[in-house]
Amino acid sequence: MNHVSLPYDPYNIIITGVGGQGNVMASRVVGNMLSRQGLQVTIGETFGASQRGGSVMSHLRISTGSSWSPQIPKGRCHLVISLEPTEAMRVLASYGNPTVKVLCNTRPVHAIGVISGDQQYPPLEDIKSWVSELSEACWFLEATAKAMELGNPILGNIMMIGAAAGIGVLPLARQDFEAVISEAMPADKLALNLTAYDLGAQMIGDGNKEVG
Amino acid sequence: MFNVQFLNGGYMTNILEGAKGSRHLLMGNEAIARGALEAGVSVIAGYPGTPSSEIIETLANVSSQQNLYVEWSVNEKVAMEVAAAGSFAGLRTMAVMKQNGVNVGSDFLLHLALTGTRGGMVLVHCDDPGALSSANEGESRHFARMLEIPLLEPGDFQEAKDMIKWAFKLSEAIHNVVMVRSVTRLSHASGNVIFGALPVKEKKAFFKHDGGLLDPLEGPMSSLPAPVRHGQQQEKLARAMAEFEASGFNTYSGPEPPELLMITSSACNLYCKEAISLLGLEDRVGLLKLGTTWPLPPDLMQTYLKMTDRILIVEEVISFLEDNVKIIAAELASKIGSKIFYGKREGFIPSTNEMNPDLVLAALAKIMEINYEATPPAYARRSQELVVSGAPGRDLTFCAGCPHRASFWTLHNVLQLDGRQGFGCGDIGCYSMAVLPTGFSTLKTLHAMGSGVGLASGFGKLGQFGMDQPVLATVGDSTFFHAVLPALINAVHHQSDITIVVLDNSGTAMTGFQSHPGLPVDAAGNEVPAIDIAAVCQAMGATVRISDPFDIDHTQQTLLELFEIKGLKVLVLKQACALSPQKKGKKMFDVSVDENICLGQNCGCNQLCTRIFKCPGLKWNPEQQVSGIDEVICVGCGVCASICPSGAIQRKEVA
Repeated sequence: MNHVSLPYDPYNIIITGVGGQGNVMASRVVGNMLSRQGLQVTIGETFGASQRGGSVMSHLRISTGSSWSPQIPKGRCHLVISLEPTEAMRVLASYGNPTVKVLCNTRPVHAIGVISGDQQYPPLEDIKSWVSELSEACWFLEATAKAMELGNPILGNIMMIGAAAGIGVLPLARQDFEAVISEAMPADKLALNLTAYDLGAQMIGDGNKEVG
Repeated sequence: MFNVQFLNGGYMTNILEGAKGSRHLLMGNEAIARGALEAGVSVIAGYPGTPSSEIIETLANVSSQQNLYVEWSVNEKVAMEVAAAGSFAGLRTMAVMKQNGVNVGSDFLLHLALTGTRGGMVLVHCDDPGALSSANEGESRHFARMLEIPLLEPGDFQEAKDMIKWAFKLSEAIHNVVMVRSVTRLSHASGNVIFGALPVKEKKAFFKHDGGLLDPLEGPMSSLPAPVRHGQQQEKLARAMAEFEASGFNTYSGPEPPELLMITSSACNLYCKEAISLLGLEDRVGLLKLGTTWPLPPDLMQTYLKMTDRILIVEEVISFLEDNVKIIAAELASKIGSKIFYGKREGFIPSTNEMNPDLVLAALAKIMEINYEATPPAYARRSQELVVSGAPGRDLTFCAGCPHRASFWTLHNVLQLDGRQGFGCGDIGCYSMAVLPTGFSTLKTLHAMGSGVGLASGFGKLGQFGMDQPVLATVGDSTFFHAVLPALINAVHHQSDITIVVLDNSGTAMTGFQSHPGLPVDAAGNEVPAIDIAAVCQAMGATVRISDPFDIDHTQQTLLELFEIKGLKVLVLKQACALSPQKKGKKMFDVSVDENICLGQNCGCNQLCTRIFKCPGLKWNPEQQVSGIDEVICVGCGVCASICPSGAIQRKEVA
């Protein structure tokens, strides 16, 4: 069954963002895609307060062996998929290490403290250079902007999954994505989700790569 | 009307599809639901509460295909009673709730434990160590010991399914209710699970009651005579303990003998495995994972306790396993020798908050004298330095377009206008956040469901001691039915001078829009009669008004008028939750800011919209000194337009 090889076992992914960005959906889609490859998948999620402006993290453990802790130990993340720029920084501070890879959506979601003027949202260029310094490789994608062109900003999360497939470190296959979406969503949503997935994968090919 | 898959981020898993032996990625709660189906469950009742809600939702979704009766009961005590009725009539039944729910149901549970059951009955309770989605981290394992019923704790996702099946068998073997405890990190986590077969159910419900008073199978179900029943109950518990001796849910991995024995249960099992693996201690440390945690099987414990004299016990929040292991070790001392324990009392494992791999790593590294660094020091230093400005903190806030923000805006303003230092008493729900600035710190007490009204009832009687502060209590629509009614009756009957505000957002919003008695639909989506909150209050003799919280002027006027009336007043604020399925994705208004009109800091409003009202759909542009709208986040409720004093925020009705 486990003919697939992983760069690390368990391979640890954190999908992060802000409540309402579709984080939980993204983690279930990625988890099911990898589970279809015969891999053991464990996902840990923090929600409840997740729709209420807080940071949301999903921890994915991918293994050829068994279930792992639904919480990744500190400093042990291999890939961060961040739906929001400052959330990438927050994850790196706890779970980062010199070999981590980062995929980051560039659309900010302002915290309440930023909206009120009590806190400053850092300039995107600064975030890019910090993430680059704290990672082995990173990619910054305008996923939300592209998703809005498709008519719904939430599709940004699907683009990020396409992009994760595009960097080629994990056995994420388009036909698995198609199968998972077909199972999990009403049939009329498939075409749009596939478009978003393909756009995400293309963004990686479009020279978005920055190596830290 | 109600999308029961809401909490799962919209991701639908069909737990019926898949043959015996097939492998699926399931959330812990889905695995529990599948286990109940494989056991042939017929009746399932519960009250929504994170992290337990998806169990009932998943089963409600398949209720017609599997001929289940599934209900969201009015509260957890009634849920246990509904499930017990099914058991008395010979069916397999399950009651489901979060940790606080066991407190609510415990009055009945004490009697049930004494009476016993017929068809297998399982009580699934999901605890929330760390209070990730709760107002406390109280846990319900202790009820098993206090009420003398068996307790099981799954240690991974496969066990979450298989253990439920076994719990039904055990319940039928001993004729008593069995508790199965999950925690957030299992219930809301996902893992691969292999399916078993679904049985064909043919059992007809029938309650036999004409046998003798003490006939457990055909007599009446009663806790009388209590001392006799109590003796029978303890025999049942002893039978469960004997079954536990050979249970496959108690596993040991590691060398024999180990230098150190770790004893654990539940999600901590996975943290312990991780810690042993990261420290490379597989050949030195043994892990005894217990699935049957009350009562502990003494022979099994003797076997493992004998192996070594150093023992680390890993569990969450206050000690339960640790106490029970230590008692057994004391009882067995002559056979196993004296032990050195590393646990909560010895300061190795914390007694508050949830556990995680890092806490276990720290304890294990200390005991085994190993140096463990999670991150290279230079990286750790630099990332900590950068995160300060790189990731501004995110305070919890009501969602964009949340009716509670508008409601508390008015409640707060009216209390300020009144000027007598009035206050609000709250309880559990999204509106608990009104103790924070997002609800303008309007709530000054926050306790159990319905407690705001009980406290207000008491505050409202303090006039004879000179208290003249206006007292408000806020309750949700589901909470109203769950726990407010007795307190409300108390307040009416004793003529307490208070105002109760019902924040009616058309569903049990915090846990994902489960139905409640105020709605015309049940858990399975059937049409049912709705109970009208305003009519109930009126029938009790309260002065009742209804308003739309988005109509700020009308709501404020109504509340000021109510403050002039003596006795018990009820204001029902009706507006559906911004995330409710009927509202999601539909804007009432297109909202925009006319930058030529917005005066920013030069306006006398002190940035009312972004500094005080603080809806996440608003933006403050520090360069141009004007407010704006974040079009990705704004849901178009239009309330900010009615609070902008200069008319810069404008709204246009969406056709």
